[in-house]
Amino acid sequence: MAEPSVAIELDEVTKRYPGQREPAVDGFTMSINPGEITIFVGPSGCGKTTTMRMINRLIEPTSGRITIGGEDTLSLNPDELRRRIGYAIQQAGLFPHQTVAQNVGVVPGLLGWSKAKIAERVDEMLSLVGLDPGEFAGRYPRQLSGGQQQRVGVARALAADPPVLLMDEPFGAVDPITRGNLQDELMRLQAELHKTIVFVTHDFDEAVKLGDRIAVLGDRSTILQYDTPEAILANPADDTVAGFVGAGASLKQLTLMRVRDIEMAQAVTATEDESPATVRQRIEAEGRRYALILDKRRRPLRWVHFRQLTGSSMAGIGRPVGDQVSVQSTLQDALEAMLTEGGDAVVTGNRGEYVGTVQLDTVVTRIRELREEHAS
Amino acid sequence: MTLWEFVGDRWSRLAIEAYQHASVVIQCTLIAAVIGILIGVAVYRSPLGSIVATALASTVLTIPSFALLGLLIPVLGLGVAPTVTVLVLYALLPIVRNTIVGLGGVDAAVTDAARGIGMNRVAVLTRVELRLAWPAILAGMRVSTQMLMGIAAIAAYAKGPGLGTEIFSGLNRAGAANATNQALAGTIGVIVLALVVDGLYLIIARLTTSRGIRG
Ligand SMILES: Nc1ncnc2c1ncn2[C@@H]1O[C@H](COP(=O)(O)OP(=O)(O)OP(=O)(O)O)[C@@H](O)[C@H]1O
Ligand SMILES: [Mg+2]
Repeated sequence: MAEPSVAIELDEVTKRYPGQREPAVDGFTMSINPGEITIFVGPSGCGKTTTMRMINRLIEPTSGRITIGGEDTLSLNPDELRRRIGYAIQQAGLFPHQTVAQNVGVVPGLLGWSKAKIAERVDEMLSLVGLDPGEFAGRYPRQLSGGQQQRVGVARALAADPPVLLMDEPFGAVDPITRGNLQDELMRLQAELHKTIVFVTHDFDEAVKLGDRIAVLGDRSTILQYDTPEAILANPADDTVAGFVGAGASLKQLTLMRVRDIEMAQAVTATEDESPATVRQRIEAEGRRYALILDKRRRPLRWVHFRQLTGSSMAGIGRPVGDQVSVQSTLQDALEAMLTEGGDAVVTGNRGEYVGTVQLDTVVTRIRELREEHAS
Repeated sequence: MTLWEFVGDRWSRLAIEAYQHASVVIQCTLIAAVIGILIGVAVYRSPLGSIVATALASTVLTIPSFALLGLLIPVLGLGVAPTVTVLVLYALLPIVRNTIVGLGGVDAAVTDAARGIGMNRVAVLTRVELRLAWPAILAGMRVSTQMLMGIAAIAAYAKGPGLGTEIFSGLNRAGAANATNQALAGTIGVIVLALVVDGLYLIIARLTTSRGIRG
């Protein structure tokens, strides 16, 4: 896209609300990497929103300096600054009196784009967030579901192709399934767009799923830990962070790793037209107990135990393969498959063909290695 | 003479008076709308300001229109000036109150988003807040217009224009030929006018309110 990714630097930024003894944000210093999703996560009232809103000057810092792409935000007109920073919030905040197309076209309109260019951009943006322009462009916000409103909110935030996107609990008000879909979509968008995104949430699992980096914030927006999700999960900086990470940090690790990241094993494979005796020989030669029967296109069919290989035909013997995973699946999915299958998880490729198996030992070892890597 | 014959006989004069009546009411509503919306916009962010503005506008309504008119004649003389002043003052309350309520009712998330994506204060007000408050403001104007229809009749006391002239003259000549017809013609004229203008309001509301916020 047009604009290159930009970094955001916050330097000793403080916000003191009038009439309050303690500052809401106290000397906040952070470098936000260009083209990454940085998550602010922390308990309610810790100052996440205040910190984020100082970046686009919806809240003016009491003191400190913020630069975006090296440019001091205080040197710019706040309204013009905001037109270059996408902004999406929990309630979506769509303009109820405007159609979806008008909502999405607002910022390009403010920037003085031509009507034709805006119309084209609106269609492009709606498609990008998974809404059919033909169906949705003419609707009003009240004719949309909560999830669709959020999509429009994101499309509006991205319409003028800003290099920076601020998102304050954008998926906080939708049901868990819709939230999951919206999160997946944001990751897909980001893989394409490489925006510098600051994302506020108090859901640590959301932070782990979306974040390239996570800043765990405490009272007055103090930074308790600022690191990759892997590092925070493997080695929380202190008890407060550990409490926030919550139980099951290792299980959360599993959601971060994919089957392609670990070493796959190979099962003894067989086809249905082989004779049981040869297959049995192969199993015994390898010192195993099971073989995986594949069909003609090498798709997994059944697991067969060597003691079952006594008849004259392979047809119909063995236990059908249930859950399978792909190389893109998370290790959590793989573990789930192992538990339901009661053995190794079968990994298949794009066309459903067998590519290998994942063994429990490999997963356990990988988690232990991660801990050791991040131990200080 | 029956009422019908009376109206037929005086039709051209009644028509002119009805036109003047409607004209003064509508013009005063418009003036009041401009002033009322400005007052509403000026105070709606401050709870104290909103209370004070609403209280002042309500106080005007507690003064009997007849008395207010009478008090203004020595200052402004007879005719259009005191009439317009009284009508505008009375029309203010519903408009000010509904402007404040309408603007106050705009979802904070919507204005936050408007500012967040780079609208300046004026744009937020004119492109978002007033558009969303518009149905409420228009409802206030409608109430004001209805009220002014009656009050404008009383303005004839200060030699103001409109159908009130017929009512006053009819009542003054009570007992004389056609006195009742004259007062009735004026009164019914005001009612018919009020109904017609109210219908117009419904059409205007439909035409000027976005489908996205229509009730
Ligand atoms: N406009 C304001 N005036 C005064 N105090 C405020 C204002 N906005 C926020 N605060 C205070 O500043 C602190 C931080 O608020 P902030 O909204 O940034 O928290 P948050 O981390 O976003 O919380 P949440 O997760 O609940 O949204 C809170 O103690 C809050 O009460
Ligand atoms: Mg918040």
